[in-house]
Amino acid sequence: MGLTLIWGVMDVVNLTHGTVIVAGMFALYLLTTALNVPPYLALPPVLVGGFLFGVLLYWIAVHRMIGRPPLMSLLSTFAVNLVLIGAGTGLWGTVLFNVAVSLPGVSVERYTFPGTHIIAAVLTAAIAGCLYVFLHRTRLGKAVRAVANNREAAELVGIPTTRVLSLAFGLGVALAGVSGLLIATLFPFTVLSGDGYQLKSFVVTVLGGLGNPTGALLGGIALGLVEGLVTPFVPVSWTLVIEFMLFVAVLIVFPGGVFAAAGLTRRRARVVRRGAL
Amino acid sequence: MLRRPFFWIIALVIAIFALAPAIGNDVQMRESLLLAAVYITLASNLNLMLGYAGYVNFGSIVFFGLGGYICVYFVSAQNWPLAAGMLAAGIAVSALAFLFGLGVLRLRGAFFALSTIGINEAVQAFVSNFEPWGGSSGIYLSAEVFQPLGGPGQALWIIYFLIVGVMGLSLFLSYAIKTSKVGLGLLAIGQNEDAAAILGVPTPFYKALAYSASAFLPAIAGGLYFFKSAFIQPSDAFDLSLSTEAMVITMLGGQGTVTGVALGAYLYEELRGFLLTSEAFSHFQLVIAGVLLLITVLFFPSGLMGWIYSRFPRTQRVLE
Repeated sequence: MGLTLIWGVMDVVNLTHGTVIVAGMFALYLLTTALNVPPYLALPPVLVGGFLFGVLLYWIAVHRMIGRPPLMSLLSTFAVNLVLIGAGTGLWGTVLFNVAVSLPGVSVERYTFPGTHIIAAVLTAAIAGCLYVFLHRTRLGKAVRAVANNREAAELVGIPTTRVLSLAFGLGVALAGVSGLLIATLFPFTVLSGDGYQLKSFVVTVLGGLGNPTGALLGGIALGLVEGLVTPFVPVSWTLVIEFMLFVAVLIVFPGGVFAAAGLTRRRARVVRRGAL
Repeated sequence: MLRRPFFWIIALVIAIFALAPAIGNDVQMRESLLLAAVYITLASNLNLMLGYAGYVNFGSIVFFGLGGYICVYFVSAQNWPLAAGMLAAGIAVSALAFLFGLGVLRLRGAFFALSTIGINEAVQAFVSNFEPWGGSSGIYLSAEVFQPLGGPGQALWIIYFLIVGVMGLSLFLSYAIKTSKVGLGLLAIGQNEDAAAILGVPTPFYKALAYSASAFLPAIAGGLYFFKSAFIQPSDAFDLSLSTEAMVITMLGGQGTVTGVALGAYLYEELRGFLLTSEAFSHFQLVIAGVLLLITVLFFPSGLMGWIYSRFPRTQRVLE
């Protein structure tokens, strides 16, 4: 969702996304081990920290790139990513980290759902809901969508586009950090595990359509289902390949996103196509 | 072409690369220049896509790794001579890249860039599960493969000269493409793809051609490189950080120029050697590369050559 927000609104592909997810994981790790914060109470600080970090990132790497060829912003975020990855591997190496979160699971007949999975799912849905309300019901959110739709026109009607852009970028990064935190409660991670999640994020984004948080939620669910369906039949290392093939196929067949193409959000798809592509 | 001074500059560079370590039988210098030659090969071929056509290829290393695998496989399992394995690697990877290119190059900009990462992941996953190539544990070469080249000591020199040759061919290829009609078409694509298509540039064909051409020499270099180390495994062959470095080099030297990329590669190799040996920075080599790239992209988008061109305008006529 963070990615789709930045991509759709700013026409900037944020290649630091995967690393920010990992940063969220490490934030959780450090907060729980060093300060003994209960895992889910780490959420607000990660959200705030991610937002501030995102705004900082915007002013360092992205601001000068707005309106320049997309290649340049791709390279500048990639450079920041290199710095972060390099620092991360330098400090922590590439060993596996794990945050132990134990919650009672819920059993329905033969299946047991671990508590961490349930909480992650509920929190994701809640965040998606908040984002939807923010984008559609608040003045600021409407400003973000206006900038996504047409930056010059938004400027003309008096929206401070630079501030809105940095806000959207901060929000996107904060969301990535939070998703990293939630993932860290489920799976062990390394400094380099961001790449896989980044690829997944891109697949989800193109499945759902650019700049469309609802589509991103549906795209995420769809990708999860595909993964679940595929895993019994092929080795685990192939899942990334299948996701990648999905990515290319979707881009070629439905350039506006599958859910946009299916007519679920036809009006918004038009907006996205005009504004972002 | 023989009359252009730039042709002779390239020839001179190759001669220096070949002779400098050979005169004093200086093995340490040979190893460092070998790495520089590999960097120049990778970067100048990446430049065909990035600098000329404006397409970011994050996964250029896939050519290098796949070429390495094909060459090492034919040499070890089929007992082919090195030259045959090398050519097989180049041709096979190039043909694959052409086919891939016709499909994937329909995507533009960021989408293409992302799918190149995907291609690398996909090929790596394929190789890791491909038993004839040793799966995830890779292929080891026995010392016997060096016998036809006159023993390991002499073989290393032969491989070095071959890699320098590949580097020279890469520079000539970049230069030849830049001064040709295809190169003009690619530069037009880099400026504005739609306008280029309307003016009659066969954009899909040219892009696939450039993609395929940029695969040929890195594949051969990969074959030689992994033949030299006598060992290949997926995580080394498809190491994304090498293609990252190629990108830093291209941007640092000046995208779209031939001299700049070669210069950038040489400087980067020296810098890397310095960083790896110094105590404080040895773990933070990627950080330095990232900071360099960021500064270049933010403040000097035309790189080292851009600065040289603006400082000494007359060099524009000689250095491509």
